[in-house]
Amino acid sequence: MNTIYALMDALLPFEWLHYTFMKNALLAILLITPLFGMLGTMAVDNKMAFFSDALGHSALTGIAIGVVLGVGSQMVSMLVFGILWAVLITFVKHNSKMSADTIISVFSSTSIALGLVILARGGAFAKYSSYLVGDVLSVTAGDLAGLLVTLLVTAVAWGMLFNPLLLTSVNAPLAQSRGVRAKLTEYAFTVIVAVAVMMSIRWVGVMLINSLLILPAAASRNVARNAAWYMRLSVLIALCCGVAGLVLSYYLNTSAGAAIVLCAAAVYFVTLPLRRK
Amino acid sequence: MNTVQSCPHKVPGTEGAPCRLCRIEVDNLSVTLGGQTLLRDVSLHIHCGELTALIGTNGAGKTTLLRALLGQVEYKGTVRHLTADGRPAADIRTGYVPQQLEFDRSSPVTIMDFLACSLSRRAVFLGVGKKTRERAMTALARTHCEKLADRPLGALSGGELQRVLLALALTPQPDLLILDEPVSGVDQNGLETFYQTVDELKHRNHMAILLVSHDLDVVERYADRVVLMQGGVIKQGSPEVVFDSPEFEQVFYTRGGRA
Repeated sequence: MNTIYALMDALLPFEWLHYTFMKNALLAILLITPLFGMLGTMAVDNKMAFFSDALGHSALTGIAIGVVLGVGSQMVSMLVFGILWAVLITFVKHNSKMSADTIISVFSSTSIALGLVILARGGAFAKYSSYLVGDVLSVTAGDLAGLLVTLLVTAVAWGMLFNPLLLTSVNAPLAQSRGVRAKLTEYAFTVIVAVAVMMSIRWVGVMLINSLLILPAAASRNVARNAAWYMRLSVLIALCCGVAGLVLSYYLNTSAGAAIVLCAAAVYFVTLPLRRK
Repeated sequence: MNTVQSCPHKVPGTEGAPCRLCRIEVDNLSVTLGGQTLLRDVSLHIHCGELTALIGTNGAGKTTLLRALLGQVEYKGTVRHLTADGRPAADIRTGYVPQQLEFDRSSPVTIMDFLACSLSRRAVFLGVGKKTRERAMTALARTHCEKLADRPLGALSGGELQRVLLALALTPQPDLLILDEPVSGVDQNGLETFYQTVDELKHRNHMAILLVSHDLDVVERYADRVVLMQGGVIKQGSPEVVFDSPEFEQVFYTRGGRA
């Protein structure tokens, strides 16, 4: 880790990078933003913006269950709960005649309320309120390792899932006739999104996590002319906004997560006129 | 129903080699979904080198039958794929052209991306490889839409989109081609071009084609066999036989004119 810090000092001799917590934050952002830029493309194509929002909210219940069970690491309970919740929403969506947005809304509000009820017992909620907005400046070297593994595993899985997901987003029966296991693909994707959300929720926050997933992909759509550039630009926009947001938050002394999302929103609105009619 | 014992057809240009798939025998196929019977006791034969058309009103079970044949819904009964000498045909390929697609037309996905997704394992975001591109162009050439390769999928007209979907369904060459109302909402020109291409395929490549259509004029002109459905098969045979039957009259005329 010290080698990396030394390298950063040598290559990026900026004032804002002087502190170790800022170095960690920058590294975290370099790991989190490409992850979300990548996953966002298919979340948008498969009309899952609302779904990922619900997943972000479910983190609150995950934390709460961790607290109740006394699971040493909240991470484990959040991950387990997030994956189960994602699979459950998808299962109910497939096996119910109700419209998807109603089902997702039901699940989303249930998990927020459940999380709040448990965490607010005895007036202890203030302790956990940092999960709502996130704090990327509190990332430790150990957390970075977890994020790195998540990014690497997701990138490999993405290489296998991208084509089937794209095909399914156009037409599921057609995808199935081409040998794609549409349902399995969808479940795999929801699980990956759940893991990505849970791994990053502490740094990005329940309220902002979904914007990080949707905004870069939405902005990329404004300019990209094919699938390859859609993906590349989405990752690039996420990365640039991540770094810019972090620097801005340092000088403006404000929330990094919110600054990042604002940058992405700015890119979205600036590129909006470039949309092909 | 007569069971044809040997395939009378030979694939043109292959010096009399028998086709891989000679016929599909569907026996007593029923589909029940959520306690509701969508199809009851469907029995029919689909032959290579023939266009079999499924007709009937909305909700008659035509699309359900297609989805059963595609293995996308559970069914009771048997579906057997047989070779010319009556043995089970191994891993037959099915090409499928769905009904007019409803998808996100603002997605920056080109025709090339779309084809590459199903023709290659390499993730499309890495770029489309040269070989895959060549294969895709060959596929598009079959339905005369090479020029569309780099257009966004969302920018195509209904007719163009169906030709692209047909190109995909034909790659790799299928033994059975399933067309589910492939040209609903397509203008007259697009419709003619589409069916002429399909007719050519039938003659030149000798594949079995199963078509669902509401356009009875098209069915009359292009189909070799017609299957009239209403929750099951109520009449089947040549177009003349089915179109002149009392069952046909009852389904299509008692509701005020041809559907």
